[in-house]
Amino acid sequence: MPVITYRDALNAALREEMQRDDRVFLMGEEVAVYQGAYKVSKGLLQEFGEMRVVDTPITELGFAGVGVGAAMVGLRPIIEFMTWNFAVLALDQVLNSAAKMLYMSGGQFNIPIVFRGPNGAALQLSAQHSQAFESWLAHIPGIKVISPSTPYDAKGLLKSAIRDDNPVCFLEGEMLYNTKGEVPDEEYLIPIGKADLKREGNHATIITAGKMALLGVQAADQLAKDGINVDVVDLRTVRPMDVEAIKTSVEKTNRAVVLEEGWEIAGIGAQVVDYIQRDCFDSLDAPVLRVHQADVPMPYAKNLERAAKPDAAKTVAAVRKVMYLD
Amino acid sequence: MGSPEVTSTAVTDIESSTMPKKKAAATEPSTNGNAPASSPELNHEFLHSMLLQRRFEERCAEAYALGKIGGFCHLYIGQEAVSTGVLSSLRADDYIITTYRDHGQALARGMSPRTVMSELFGRIDGCARGKGGSMHMFDKSLNFLGGHGIVGANVPLATGVAFAIKYRGGDQVCVCFMGESVVNTGAFHEALNMAGLWKLPVVYIIENNRYGMGTALERASAIHDIYERGASYNMSRAVCDGQDVFEVRAAVGKAIERARTESTPTLLEVRTYRFMGHSMSDAVSGTYRSKAELEEHMKRDPIVLLRTYMMEHGELTDEALHKMDDEIKAVVQDAWDFADKSPEPPLEALYEDVYVDTTSDAAADAVA
Repeated sequence: MPVITYRDALNAALREEMQRDDRVFLMGEEVAVYQGAYKVSKGLLQEFGEMRVVDTPITELGFAGVGVGAAMVGLRPIIEFMTWNFAVLALDQVLNSAAKMLYMSGGQFNIPIVFRGPNGAALQLSAQHSQAFESWLAHIPGIKVISPSTPYDAKGLLKSAIRDDNPVCFLEGEMLYNTKGEVPDEEYLIPIGKADLKREGNHATIITAGKMALLGVQAADQLAKDGINVDVVDLRTVRPMDVEAIKTSVEKTNRAVVLEEGWEIAGIGAQVVDYIQRDCFDSLDAPVLRVHQADVPMPYAKNLERAAKPDAAKTVAAVRKVMYLD
Repeated sequence: MGSPEVTSTAVTDIESSTMPKKKAAATEPSTNGNAPASSPELNHEFLHSMLLQRRFEERCAEAYALGKIGGFCHLYIGQEAVSTGVLSSLRADDYIITTYRDHGQALARGMSPRTVMSELFGRIDGCARGKGGSMHMFDKSLNFLGGHGIVGANVPLATGVAFAIKYRGGDQVCVCFMGESVVNTGAFHEALNMAGLWKLPVVYIIENNRYGMGTALERASAIHDIYERGASYNMSRAVCDGQDVFEVRAAVGKAIERARTESTPTLLEVRTYRFMGHSMSDAVSGTYRSKAELEEHMKRDPIVLLRTYMMEHGELTDEALHKMDDEIKAVVQDAWDFADKSPEPPLEALYEDVYVDTTSDAAADAVA
């Protein structure tokens, strides 16, 4: 099976879906002439032309709204945010227009749109460019939120997102674009809302998504050296969340750690823990622990940034703790 | 698309900056793009449309006082020449998008009074099945893309609709209504810049009713001839008297024609006045405007201006007017009775319309 980067997997998904359906277009900052700030849209302008690959001014609120308006009358926009950090400016259109249109129109106007771009921290970009938005977005009924960790998942889920008739927020990882993985040549789709077991074990469960799934796998590999085998449940989609997959794993292992990139308060982990305490109360042998970003804006200094971020070592420590080994 | 040409300032359509005119009757009809400017039959239609909005909203105020309508309820009374003038100039396949002050435009576009009133009453027969209320009138069959509750948010949406028209190569037009307070939002600036840059077929209509809630235009905008904001976006722009349906039609007709044939946007400032408070919780004159000012503006009631014109030109008799008024009152009473009898939405509707369970139906679905 060919091995390609996460970036190329996304590019292939965009290309295939634009070939398949001429209502699909890509709009955002630097997506066309510049070939994408992270080169995800490389070659698309040349293949599809300037009507379907559209450079915008720096105007997140404006072009997010343009996308929603175009979706109201039958187009299928893909709106690229250079990063989700900038998408905060567009949140009104995501929250108040895209997510609520179907409901407040009594079912008349669904919004088939994908908002996508890199999410979370890279390296030393400091406070304003290092934020993870899963929990902010997952809070909103009316949208779906996808956070894929591998090239295979990224391609299959982006294709499903583009075909979905609902608004979908698609969170990529800046640090993932160069990662590689197997992606088949033949077409495939991955259903939205289905988790994937990235490692299998009986001793504990790590529940995670997106870039953090790679840390979860690293932690699992380290633990395996000490004979500790864990399930790594990669949610892939945080809304709707695959509660069955969480339940199945925790009922098997009786111990769980939730690993997420964002802050602690009202985070994705808080929601996962709520599902676990409701559905798996009698199965638990230890309190569920969480690994997340320190409750501070992201610092610049290397050592402080490292201390603020979740990592494999912190995850290993949390797993050992729920197993009462430390 | 791509690299837009620089438009000549010669296309700029600045018709007047000395508004409003103080006349007792509407002006003589002039041109309305390619559409007929006026005829006795058309004038009857305009009067009917405006009077329907007026009588309907008078009953809305009553229903609100009785608790049949809840939440926020923003009345349009005093501005009816704008909705009627604009919407009578559109084709059935054109698009309309508006703000939370949307009852008048919904009726003028042809939504049935029963449907609008049922929505206001929160009933299943409302246009949004009782889920939207006063601020969210939608009708897909009429290309009526909704009332939107966040000031400024409908302006990028309209720009996106116009983008879609251009994308598909159609000759439809999108009309976007907004109040004058919108021009101070970032969304307005961002959206108009893109429409000017990409030459999109959209007409932005600023219903300048003088007040954004209780803040006068002069206390909110650094410039007071706000159609001049169009200059920032290299956009054709004009201003007209919003109390005179003929003037509205003449001005919007040119803008619609420009959008349809040249695919270029226009910023049209329509100077009007809100005869009621901002919403039902705001006293009619309030703390921000004087009773004298209100009374002065009410002398130029758009319905009275048209009625007077028609009577002066032998197009309307007292008897015919009363007959029309009685018929409209009966229609509004019927809407009230219908809405009153319409069931509340069933509780299972609570969780409906959050998501659709469909995917794109392009032929290539077979591939999957």
